[in-house]
Amino acid sequence: MIVADPKPFQQIRGFLEDYRKILVLGCGTCVTVCLAGGEAQAELLASGLRISFSKDGKEATVLEDTVQRQCDEEFVLPVLERVKREGIDAVVTLACGVGVNFLSDRIGAIPVFPGVNTTFYGGNVEPGLWSEMCAGCGDCITHLTGGICPIARCSKHLLNGPCGGSEKGMCEVDPQNTECVWQLIYERMKLLGRLHEMQNLIPTKDWRPAMDGGVRRSVREHIFRLQYKSGAGA
Amino acid sequence: MSQDNGMKSGSNLEKVFRAGHLAVTCECGPPKGADVEHLKKKIQMIKGYVDAANVTDNQTAVVRMSSIGASAILAQNGVEPVMQMVTRDRNRIAAQSDLFGAYALGIRNMLCLTGDHQKFGNHPFAKNVFDMDSIQLLNMVRTIRDEGKVNSGDPVEGGVSMFFGAAANPFADPFEFRVIRMAKKIHAGADFIQTQCIYDMVRFKEFMKMARDMGLHEKAFIMAGLTPLKSVGMARYMNRNVSGITIPEAIIKRLAGVPKERQAEEGIRICLEQIEELKEERGIRGFHIMAIEWEEKIPEIVERAGLYPRPAVA
Repeated sequence: MIVADPKPFQQIRGFLEDYRKILVLGCGTCVTVCLAGGEAQAELLASGLRISFSKDGKEATVLEDTVQRQCDEEFVLPVLERVKREGIDAVVTLACGVGVNFLSDRIGAIPVFPGVNTTFYGGNVEPGLWSEMCAGCGDCITHLTGGICPIARCSKHLLNGPCGGSEKGMCEVDPQNTECVWQLIYERMKLLGRLHEMQNLIPTKDWRPAMDGGVRRSVREHIFRLQYKSGAGA
Repeated sequence: MSQDNGMKSGSNLEKVFRAGHLAVTCECGPPKGADVEHLKKKIQMIKGYVDAANVTDNQTAVVRMSSIGASAILAQNGVEPVMQMVTRDRNRIAAQSDLFGAYALGIRNMLCLTGDHQKFGNHPFAKNVFDMDSIQLLNMVRTIRDEGKVNSGDPVEGGVSMFFGAAANPFADPFEFRVIRMAKKIHAGADFIQTQCIYDMVRFKEFMKMARDMGLHEKAFIMAGLTPLKSVGMARYMNRNVSGITIPEAIIKRLAGVPKERQAEEGIRICLEQIEELKEERGIRGFHIMAIEWEEKIPEIVERAGLYPRPAVA
């Protein structure tokens, strides 16, 4: 899932000085699960803003809403209609950066402000803790590394084993919190009886499928063409 | 290496190895700016006492004069450089371009490294590159030299006869993998190896035994890395703060056992004893003496270790 952290309240408050009718929009998927931008956080932020505005003598209405996904027109179009209908003059979205973009591309002359900092693709490893596990590099190599990703989880993205900063299983960049992923890969390959494979050179990576090849898109031809033929894209 | 005695670069360092001498290198850190005079002073200190000197590439991610620029100044002033190159700050386009530039400036040895993470330097907020790791860099530069092709497969105009090196750290984890990692570096293209500074002799000898069992000592020239300790404070600091370095309690006790003003001399004695011991270790082909901000001690260490004068090789 996409993991995000709430932005500092004062930063969000600072975005909103010039607006009178503000919608705080939560997202019901990733940011709900990581407790950064779901319904509960939208309510909390909206009430925080109301209190702050009233303390500062600022007259403004703060509305709140949460949709299932802000990265899908199906869920976003009704929000856009509401914004128009109710004369909302600014939106704070608690979705990941995708949501901010998806709304901005469609909303016209209404500003959309980010309410969270989108951080990484990660997993919930223990209550209240999410860890980065995928870098979205576009050409997965984890079949070579026991299913554990050194691009996402090695501080230097090394592909051929641990650097000299691996000590007692931890990474020198953050020895208190970050495990050396190459120690994990080593243990895992040993467990799988594949340790000998770690002698192989993993060659330089083609970074084109990662962001380095330009902005990426993903096409499912069978659906994409169907829509095109039916004239939906015309 | 010893199977084909064909010279790769004709560098002084390579010639010293191939003539069968124990080689000596040291480290020469460029200034944190363009202070050429400061660099020239360091060069004068070590001139004649080493076969080549490593020129670090923004070590510990602190901004300094470029290793190419400083290496060229070493070469102009009579000390052969081992230009270090890290992949932290340059992608494969820049790395290959810098290799050609360095060669054109007369640089004949290059040490391929990934580099310290920028967290440890003076720009922790910088974006890093890490397009490739040190092993991939070795493989790339070896392909340029031996096959005349850049990473994309395009031909190289003119030859690049360089002597390539790599670092090995026998003291990091997982221990059993350290020798495999060194083997990967040698297979990828390392002609010589410089190890992390050795304090734990027991572990180092175990590492060397594993290396010999794999025949690695016959495939690359392995140099033992040594850093003389200036004081017990430095020993404790390195033990606590430098990942992958463990200084045995016996060494710390020995330094603590002499008055402060004599600890530097004790540190040098320990270093000399290590050199004597390692001269007997099969597969050790030289010494890489990293006297950190203590270059002025290089002549004394080299002389007292019986490694002076340095051989003149044709």
